[in-house]
Amino acid sequence: MNPLDLLADAAENLYPARMQMALSLGWHIVFACFGIAFPLITVFTEWQGYKRGDAALTELAHTWAKAMGVLFAAGAVSGTLLSFEMGILWPGLMDRFGEVFGFPFVLEGFAFFIEAIFVGVYLFGWNRLSPKAHMLSALPMILSGPAGAFFVVAANAWMNNPTGFRLDEQGRVTDAQPWAAMFGPSTWPQVTHMLLAAYMVTGFTIASVYAVGMLRGRRDRRHRLGLLIPLTFAAVLTPVQIGVGDWIANTVADNQPAKLAAMEGQYETTAGAPLSVGGLYYDDELHYALEIPNGLSLLIHHDPDGVVLGLEEFPVDQRPPVNVVHLAFDTMVGLGSALLLLAGWFGWTWWRKRRIPRTAWFLRAVAVSGVAAIVAMEAGWVTTEVGRQPWIVYGILRTADAVSPAPGLYLGFYAVVVIYVLLTGLTVFVLRRLAGSADTPAPQEVDAEPPEPGGGEVAVR
Amino acid sequence: MTLAEVVLGVMFVGLIAYGLFGGADFGAGIWDLLAGGTRRGARQRDLIEHSIAPVWEANHVWLIFVLVVLWTAFPGAFAAVVTTLYIPLTLAAFGMIARGAAFAFRKSISTLGMRRFLGASFALSSLVTPYFLGAVVGGVASGRVPAGIAAGDVITSWMNPTSALGGVLAVLVCAYLAAVFLCADAHREAAEDLADQFRARAIGTAVLTGLIGIAGLFVLRADAPLLFEGLTGRALPVVVLSVVAGVAAFVLLATRRYVPARLASALAVTAILVGWAVAQYPYLLLPEVTIEEAAGGRATLVAMLVALVGGSLILVPALVYLYVLFQRSQPDMSSTPSGPPSRSAPIS
Ligand code: HDD
Ligand code: HEM
Ligand code: HEM
Repeated sequence: MNPLDLLADAAENLYPARMQMALSLGWHIVFACFGIAFPLITVFTEWQGYKRGDAALTELAHTWAKAMGVLFAAGAVSGTLLSFEMGILWPGLMDRFGEVFGFPFVLEGFAFFIEAIFVGVYLFGWNRLSPKAHMLSALPMILSGPAGAFFVVAANAWMNNPTGFRLDEQGRVTDAQPWAAMFGPSTWPQVTHMLLAAYMVTGFTIASVYAVGMLRGRRDRRHRLGLLIPLTFAAVLTPVQIGVGDWIANTVADNQPAKLAAMEGQYETTAGAPLSVGGLYYDDELHYALEIPNGLSLLIHHDPDGVVLGLEEFPVDQRPPVNVVHLAFDTMVGLGSALLLLAGWFGWTWWRKRRIPRTAWFLRAVAVSGVAAIVAMEAGWVTTEVGRQPWIVYGILRTADAVSPAPGLYLGFYAVVVIYVLLTGLTVFVLRRLAGSADTPAPQEVDAEPPEPGGGEVAVR
Repeated sequence: MTLAEVVLGVMFVGLIAYGLFGGADFGAGIWDLLAGGTRRGARQRDLIEHSIAPVWEANHVWLIFVLVVLWTAFPGAFAAVVTTLYIPLTLAAFGMIARGAAFAFRKSISTLGMRRFLGASFALSSLVTPYFLGAVVGGVASGRVPAGIAAGDVITSWMNPTSALGGVLAVLVCAYLAAVFLCADAHREAAEDLADQFRARAIGTAVLTGLIGIAGLFVLRADAPLLFEGLTGRALPVVVLSVVAGVAAFVLLATRRYVPARLASALAVTAILVGWAVAQYPYLLLPEVTIEEAAGGRATLVAMLVALVGGSLILVPALVYLYVLFQRSQPDMSSTPSGPPSRSAPIS
């Protein structure tokens, strides 16, 4: 084949491949959040129900267990596609660096294997194991979700801050150290931030389901508890998340200054840089933004006159797309702050009066908090991934050089769009049914009766 | 044995597990497809759903495991295979999505039309997914994947005689395994008529697989001479073992000894896979790239082995627990009005 054909194909593949990856990951991550956080919230509720002999709590936990099963199934199938895509779309990355950063995926494989097994055990064992044995058998499921998330995010943190290898003259990897690669400078802040995000997404989303129910007039105990438990988890963690956000922003400033400059739309290197909110970046400048004087320097260096590097320091072909990154970052921070207000309101009322605020506005706010948390989380990932551009491995390998040159690859993108539209519709439909009638079975449950011995009349299935 | 070979060997154990567990899972879907009209096939479909519901997710993680070990320990060969064969692999991945989603969601849906649609996509994707995976194996085994990113032909690498053979055999083997496994499940549920139906199917597919396997040797001689040489040379004892186990399974089925039949059929299938590996040793990508050449650095391989051993220490007991829990027919202790007491018997 003519090498020029290859180049043409790679160029044609780059954009759809990125969109396909972003769509698949952005879809998967929502379900992954539930896979990480839902087990703990559910088992906690089951435990409370058991301890207090409270049937309402136990029933709530059972409903959640089933929803968890549905969400887990959706997460598992979308995750399977991801493993194929890493190789099919980005062979230049896997070929060169697989031996460096592929390792956490192996550990992730184990973690999710354990989770898949114990989600099955948990649902199957609901009425078959003694309550204590049942809750004990849930422990591996509670632990393996966050462990799996650690490994995947560690792989992503490596792409942001590659460590644990050396390159020879031709740019080939020598001396790959997979353990060292797993613990680069971005790993702990990113993992912590992601785990908290998972709990926020899960907590606010479940709470919002019950808030909608209460707004429609269903104010029974089940609804109150269904709102209270997950909301407490989420509200307690929200302030922590803001603090971790500061930590991760500092890490970015130290290691990926171009990304930070894009997040803030900062063109000139400035001492005493302002914090910019909103606005549009063109002609090498951010227009119409709301500026908080010295804010950025204060946040990054904890010093109002600290120097922040601007985009001018980087060659044009090494700058990420500024508007996407800046607006995504603002969206995350804005929604995070709004959620903090909500958490504060809830916390204050609870502390003073031991009840949730009475006004319908509170319920309305909780009702939208789930979507807000999901959008904040997606926006955070857009900041991270688009802000890393044009690099797939920061400073070392360009995304354009990693994409597969195979002819026709872009067609896969259209197919993936269709599949995810269908899958989203189905998941929503099934979850709504589950909310409507509690005895809808989860995918891992054995609801089918064993076939009757001998002939006999059978229902149409 | 070198370090790289050990790691590849462990990966191959994962591949065999996927072939057996995932394969039986796909096969169950194929029998679902062939079970006949909604009413006539209902009991068979019940048995199938009943058998795979608790384990279908775990059965497929084996494949993920194979992929991640390959891309970490043999990154270059992995990149070559997935880019040249990206079309069948993408289609297989779509098949897995369609299958998993349809199976998971259809029981939560009560409208008959939707259920039929989901049931059909579950069954159809159970048929096409193993075909594509078998075609991928055929492409690799017939030496159609050269080293380098997307260096092979993206069409003929999987549309060729050996791939067609691989695909057809994969489908047949899945169907065969599932039929054998379902016999024992039906027997335990005391549904002897179902056991007999699946017994007939197991015997039928066994005969068909054997015939196509013999015909396939001629295909390989013409289309994949290196593989043929290996299979009839170094790998001959393993191939013979597979035939012996296959015949033993046949006899055991004919005499209704279902549990030993399971073991014998699993052994037959395992031996086919091992035969392939032995035949193409020491090459990872015939006829150019050897296992040694494709392997990553030493630190990576060592880390990998540590992880694989450590991980298995946790994983294997967990898996055993899962299968034992489900295989034991236990009454549901609940008295909820939502469902009759259910027992379970998964494919395993
Ligand atoms: C509920 C979700 C949520 C909330 C409320 C916040 N974040 Fe966030 N953020 C994420 C969810 C998230 C995330 C999706 O989880 C990301 C993407 C990558 C990562 O590790 O976390 C992320 C990334 C991310 C990054 C980029 C990291 C990188 O590129 O390596 C920065 C600088 C921040 N966050 C900072 C903040 C600040 C200052 C917040 C204060 C309001 C904040 N985040 C709230
Ligand atoms: C889970 C949440 C994640 C989301 C929502 C997400 C989002 C995105 C987005 C939006 C892009 C496209 C960037 C662009 O426009 O150029 C992208 C690219 C990519 N991401 Fe992520 N990402 C996530 C996590 C990860 C993780 C954990 C990994 C793997 C370790 C990963 C690997 C990649 C790769 C390989 C690309 C393609 C190359 C590139 O464009 O940079 N992502 N992702
Ligand atoms: C930040 C990014 C990610 C997080 C936090 C995450 C987390 C999770 C979690 C918690 C699960 C368990 C299933 C569930 O509950 O839905 C899961 C499943 C899965 N993930 Fe992801 N994931 C991420 C990105 C990725 C990437 C980039 C890949 C592949 C390269 C991947 C591959 C998989 C696979 C194969 C499964 C299914 C395993 C099974 O069946 O149990 N994930 N993920």
